[in-house]
Amino acid sequence: MRQNKDVIMAFSVMGLLIISVGLFQSWGVALSILNLCLISAVMTMGVNISWGYAGIINFGVMGFIALGGLAAVVVSEEPIYEAWSAGGLGILISIGLIVLLVLITKYILRALPKSKKRNIILTVVIIFFIILIKKVSGPSIEAIESVNPAKQGFLGGLGLPIIFSWFVGGIFAGLVAFVIGKIALGLRSDYLAIATLLISGIIVTVVKHEDWLSRGVKNVIGMKRPAPYEIDLQKADWFINMISNLNSKKLDLITDISEKNILLRDLVISASGVFVKLCFAGLFSIVVVVLLILAQKALYSPWGRMMRAIRDNEEAAQAMGKNVVKQHLFIFIIGSAIVGFGGAMLVTYDGLFTPVSYQPLRYTFLIWIMVLVGGSGNNYGSILGGFLVWFIWIEAAPVAMFFINMFTNHLEDTHELKKHLINGVPYIRYTMMGIGLLVLMRYRPKGLLPEKIKLQNS
Amino acid sequence: MDFLNAIVLLANYIFIPALNYGSQLALGAIGVTLIYSVLRFANFAYGDLMAFGTMVVILVTWKLQSVGIHLGPLPTALIALPIGVMAAILISLLLDKTIFEYYRIKKSPPVTLIVVSLGVMFVLNGIVRIIIGTADRKFFDGQKFIMKANEFKEITGLSEGLALKSTQLLSLVVTIICAVLLFWFLGKTKTGKSMRAYSDNEDLALLSGIDPNRIVMITWVIAATLATIAGTLYGLDKSFKPFTYFNNLLPIFAAAIVGGIGNPLGAFFGGFVVAFAEIGITYAYKKFFIYVLPQGLEPTSLMQLLSIDYKFAVSFSILIIVLIFRPNGIFKGKII
Repeated sequence: MRQNKDVIMAFSVMGLLIISVGLFQSWGVALSILNLCLISAVMTMGVNISWGYAGIINFGVMGFIALGGLAAVVVSEEPIYEAWSAGGLGILISIGLIVLLVLITKYILRALPKSKKRNIILTVVIIFFIILIKKVSGPSIEAIESVNPAKQGFLGGLGLPIIFSWFVGGIFAGLVAFVIGKIALGLRSDYLAIATLLISGIIVTVVKHEDWLSRGVKNVIGMKRPAPYEIDLQKADWFINMISNLNSKKLDLITDISEKNILLRDLVISASGVFVKLCFAGLFSIVVVVLLILAQKALYSPWGRMMRAIRDNEEAAQAMGKNVVKQHLFIFIIGSAIVGFGGAMLVTYDGLFTPVSYQPLRYTFLIWIMVLVGGSGNNYGSILGGFLVWFIWIEAAPVAMFFINMFTNHLEDTHELKKHLINGVPYIRYTMMGIGLLVLMRYRPKGLLPEKIKLQNS
Repeated sequence: MDFLNAIVLLANYIFIPALNYGSQLALGAIGVTLIYSVLRFANFAYGDLMAFGTMVVILVTWKLQSVGIHLGPLPTALIALPIGVMAAILISLLLDKTIFEYYRIKKSPPVTLIVVSLGVMFVLNGIVRIIIGTADRKFFDGQKFIMKANEFKEITGLSEGLALKSTQLLSLVVTIICAVLLFWFLGKTKTGKSMRAYSDNEDLALLSGIDPNRIVMITWVIAATLATIAGTLYGLDKSFKPFTYFNNLLPIFAAAIVGGIGNPLGAFFGGFVVAFAEIGITYAYKKFFIYVLPQGLEPTSLMQLLSIDYKFAVSFSILIIVLIFRPNGIFKGKII
């Protein structure tokens, strides 16, 4: 019971915080914070599933988020037929060659005994294939990238609604997680942390530099939306009518027709932004709620009990006949897929895909702090962590600004110290996050909403 | 003559840059590995410790430059280096006392310590950015080149030039001095030996009367010193930017694990392995083959295995290959 009370308390406080941003700053800001909180909550649930349920440390979050973003591009952008005819064949052959290389490597590893000879053969085969693939793909890539490079220069996508990309992002991340898991899951926890971090670095490098696929550092902008566009709303009659009805009191006060129209126009413009964000918030809330229900069901299912048993005592679980390796791989894939899902949602919300922005600090470690702050192993906790940490991350700068202005009120605007402090404002949040995490790890290591296991007989 | 040209070409574009970059990585990797073997966790805050130490060096260097103190052909930063080292040591010891000690006494699992080091990383990251900002800072002064490419061409009469920057020589010399001192310390002195004993078997070392607090303190002192030196060398050679220092942590980790984590000698060579692989695999060998191969067989393509964009990815891939085939690293890891 206490657990439920804590959860309700925590989330009402969170809701009040966001509402107060709406009252004091603007509803647009409050809603964009809310939307990113919801996206963060999806990502934290993904991390929580592998870390909280099974104790697998996955520092590759950034890579999976980037894969989700890539999925958004590949699914929703219109296909560019010119680029396909210029170099599509070469790309397909190269992909075939990569698959062939993997198969041959697997075959060699299985067929030959472990020896120096095998290593040499493997190296030769791999180098040969790399050269071959470069030979095949080089001209095609060049051809694709020279197709209207200012706006296109890549293969484009499938032209489907962007909402499909969320699932595709999950599948992409899951597939890559399968490969990573096969390679790295046998490692000890700290090796695994470093290995996944570095692998996510490789993924982001690929996304960043394979322009034929993702336009790379040239970014993809103006992506599709599952919600209406502001411009269309501002022209739609039903929307203008709705706004004028909502604000009828305010509008009735003005008698002059032209002034009235100007006010209505302003109201419609600001309301259209809010409305679009509300649409997003609705969609994202559905995702979070569905995920939460599924995750809770899984946590209290026999499977969830088994995962906790594996986490808490691997040997005992193994002795009971549980296949620890298989379950670890499975849960790593599930967790990563959810993170990839969140990554696609993020790109959908932003409406643009900027590979350069994928930095481990923001996309791996911040997500991890969210999970740890909220309480690992507890789904409500990880959602709360996603909300709270993202809220602080955004609101730290304005609050710090307020205090700096208060304390340096007597100084002139050109004073060196004041200028320096104001320039440093965006980075105060890093230090705050760090201190917050350290305090929490010391005094409340289980997080704000700790894991509570329902016992069968209580 | 063509053959000589080919060798000079490789020396200029692969050998010297890789030695330079490798020596900077090696110092960092030794620091990471020492912390790992004595304190038993992977310190994610190491890159930012490097940035912190280097930041102090830069601030002192600027002060010195504004007063008009110079070191002639050598960079002024060398005078400032001891102060930066002191600052890094102080902050490391402070962080250890306030944060890491608690978990060490509690004998927390390595994962907890990784998370704690993440917290420290965020704190240091913010502090460095607040104090010095995120812009690119250059603080090199003194003589830039020991040998310019044109001079080399004139002296030898070859058509390929060989340039040697003073920072490149400085990196290598300082790294070798540091490594020799460190290995002498670990191998010959009593303190060094007790450090090795402590990392090998903590309980046995405690039974033989080794003071753990002293060992931990010395480890932090060495690690912070190496971090500041490596960071300053890197900053002199390229430039200082807090963000790149955080990113450099990743190849440093790769070097430490490739060499066998917990093994300083391995970390030393791991740094060079990573650097040579990064530069060797992303170099375009077209010109080299033009020199070496007889006429008529010249390659038309760039002869580049991977494009330069994949520089970091190469070191990560090496790490993964090592983890699959030789999880203990090239040199057997775990003890110093």
